[in-house]
Amino acid sequence: MTCTDFLSKMTDYFDGEVEPELLTEIQSHLAECDHCEILVDTTRQTIRVYRDHQVFELPNEVRERTVARIMAACVKH
Amino acid sequence: MPPVIEQPGTEEVHPDVALVDAARHGDTAAFEKLVRQYDRQIFRVAQHITQNREDAEDITQDVFMKAYGKLNQFQGNSKFSTWLTRIAVNESLMRLRKRKTSRTVSMDQDVQTEEGSIPRDFADWTPDPEQQYGSAELGEILKRTIAGLSPGFRTVFTLRDIENLSTEETAEALGLSVPAVKSRLLRARLQLRERLSRYLKRKDGSIKP
Repeated sequence: MTCTDFLSKMTDYFDGEVEPELLTEIQSHLAECDHCEILVDTTRQTIRVYRDHQVFELPNEVRERTVARIMAACVKH
Repeated sequence: MPPVIEQPGTEEVHPDVALVDAARHGDTAAFEKLVRQYDRQIFRVAQHITQNREDAEDITQDVFMKAYGKLNQFQGNSKFSTWLTRIAVNESLMRLRKRKTSRTVSMDQDVQTEEGSIPRDFADWTPDPEQQYGSAELGEILKRTIAGLSPGFRTVFTLRDIENLSTEETAEALGLSVPAVKSRLLRARLQLRERLSRYLKRKDGSIKP
């Protein structure tokens, strides 16, 4: 398996959607290719850091105001 | 993942279905439950796409008002949250078009770019970015980095990786095929990784601890 082959399978690999035979090939490629191993590791970290730090949160005060407006419009509907 | 084979009559009914049904019959309390269940998610999606707080607040309001008016059109073939997300994505893209401050305003523009599709930075990252940067500083870095992606890429990353929709739900919310979502997701992840690497790579350049 080449690095390009791996890259084309990376999304399925992350989603656990590769057949066992291909998984074995991917695992042996990762065991011997530092670049792809780092790529996997840092891409996972990219996803994790965004999941762990929700950068846009709706403040409670704005939330209550928004919900009140929505519900007032629904009652009139 | 093996295909799920469902026996007729054994499909699990999502609890939202009963709330939607009650709301359709005029139960506004049931609708308020749905609003409170998904308002934060809709707000985050809208702000990630528009990159503007006021727009995201307006969109959140508009999405639920529109959804209420269109409850009869909700077929129940998809999750209610996916249906709402689809409305939110469309509203957000429309808002971007109106503002015209963004270079690209559709899901299709700019996705042909090869930028970041070929990984170039293979430095290992610091194991604990939360320690290297304070929480507020890291938050700023994350905002700035995702804002640099085109709307098509940041939307697919937001739905699939931040909001944890499945690939199929993401495809449905964006009106794209599953292969198109997978391809855009790969490029979105690679572009983000490449851009974040500038901040999170080990300063000593070492590969492994």
